[in-house]
Amino acid sequence: MEKREPVIKVTDLKKKFGDRQILNGINIDIYKGEIFVIMGGSGCGKSTLLRHLIGAIKPDEGSISLLGKEIAGLNEDEMDFIKKKIGMSYQGSALFDSMTVGENVSLPLREHTKLDQNVINIMVKMKLELVGLRGFENLMPSQLSGGMKKRVGIARAFAMDPEIVFYDEPTAGLDPIVTAVMDKLIIDLSRALSVTSVVVTHDMNSVFRIADRIAMLYEGRVVEIGTREEIKNSKNPYVQQFVSGSPDGPIKFFQQKDDYLETLTA
Amino acid sequence: MNFIESIGSVVTTTYKHSVGVLSLLCDTLLWLVTGPFKRKFPKREGISEQMVFAGIQSFIIVFFVAFFTGIVIAMQSAYQLNKFGATIYVAAMVSVSMARELGPVLTALVVAGRVGAAITAELGSMKVSEQIEALETMALNPVRFLVVPRFLALIVMLPCLTVLSDIIGVLGGYLVGVYNLGLNPSRYIDFSFNFMMWKDVSTGLIKSFTFGVIISIIGCYMGLNTKGGAEGVGRSTTVSVVTSFVLIILFDCILTGVFYFSNM
Repeated sequence: MEKREPVIKVTDLKKKFGDRQILNGINIDIYKGEIFVIMGGSGCGKSTLLRHLIGAIKPDEGSISLLGKEIAGLNEDEMDFIKKKIGMSYQGSALFDSMTVGENVSLPLREHTKLDQNVINIMVKMKLELVGLRGFENLMPSQLSGGMKKRVGIARAFAMDPEIVFYDEPTAGLDPIVTAVMDKLIIDLSRALSVTSVVVTHDMNSVFRIADRIAMLYEGRVVEIGTREEIKNSKNPYVQQFVSGSPDGPIKFFQQKDDYLETLTA
Repeated sequence: MNFIESIGSVVTTTYKHSVGVLSLLCDTLLWLVTGPFKRKFPKREGISEQMVFAGIQSFIIVFFVAFFTGIVIAMQSAYQLNKFGATIYVAAMVSVSMARELGPVLTALVVAGRVGAAITAELGSMKVSEQIEALETMALNPVRFLVVPRFLALIVMLPCLTVLSDIIGVLGGYLVGVYNLGLNPSRYIDFSFNFMMWKDVSTGLIKSFTFGVIISIIGCYMGLNTKGGAEGVGRSTTVSVVTSFVLIILFDCILTGVFYFSNM
């Protein structure tokens, strides 16, 4: 991969919630057009990192630059300008349930552009076609299945022709076939529209299908970053444990035995 | 937690929420003033949808509350005024107390229970299902997009509902006055409106405008600050309605005091 300016550059990002250090010095560069996967176990800080990248949370320390702009110093209008160039697909799809599918997808277009309603209607049909849901414009989100809702969420994320699209757990709670469809969709969209995709997930099958590069997070740090093969063949015990899905290893889920007696008798 | 600590925590959370509510109010007013210049004013359909919900669809319940209240005041005051042989003053009693006090307050309480609760529940479930965050990510400010239309709808529709409830209350009193007390219908109407001064109606409308601000801002604030899933939505809806009720009565007392001491 040739040296290019990264579209997302995270430097020494730190964040504390109360006494808990959630992010502890994250460094990540993401380049144009790649599918970058952030993986890690529950509570490792990957959702918090994602929320920083979309500007929903401000960092305690460190900097985040999106599309060449350092986002900490931006005022609301400048941040809105950046936000119009990014799309986000939520874990629970986050569709507005008072609006139809078509209205959900067209909302950013209606609010941010001066396009004619007819043009917007055509664009909505095109975006829904991208995710294979043309003809569903007039349904309400409550009438759709979980996988369909997520696809509508993706169509909405692409409504403004973004440069970067973020996916939060795109395959969580989906059956294996829909998962495969979703993975193919993410690859196709990112290749066809040459957008940069950032995917947060812990679904290993999906990771190795879609990722160009992978970052593994553990306890608020990036423990390893590399291509699919590099991660698969990594010697790092944390990465090995996560990839193989083994209960034993350096990542502990249970307290030590000596603690146990103390907690019981305390 | 001991007694002193619990007092302390109540004081700090009350302080925190008061600051939050006031800053949401300032934010909303700022959007109302600057929105049209930045070409970012909420869409007209959004506002009219809220007005239909808050105003027109609340009419039936406001009608019943005002109507029965008018009847009750007429009967209660007739019970006293009978002793002086001054039953015709029932008309004045009903119209003035509806306009100054009962119209604005009862309408506000009914609307707080109906519309305020609905606002909190809707925004609260939007919050817990990440829809609020999705709006922000689309560069749509939730205050402009969700709070301003609800605020505008309530500060316009609540005074309108109050005027209607004043009239309906007088109608309820009229039925008692004419059909039970046997008063002359035209004399009853004369007495109703001769004693009801413009300032009675206007102070009532100032009150209901204030109540509109309270219901919408408390409703939106509690909704936008909902945490913790379905249980959280239930909790903030309860807190929203209770807080609105208490604040409505509190501000009713303050405003009545202001009007009383300034002879309005």
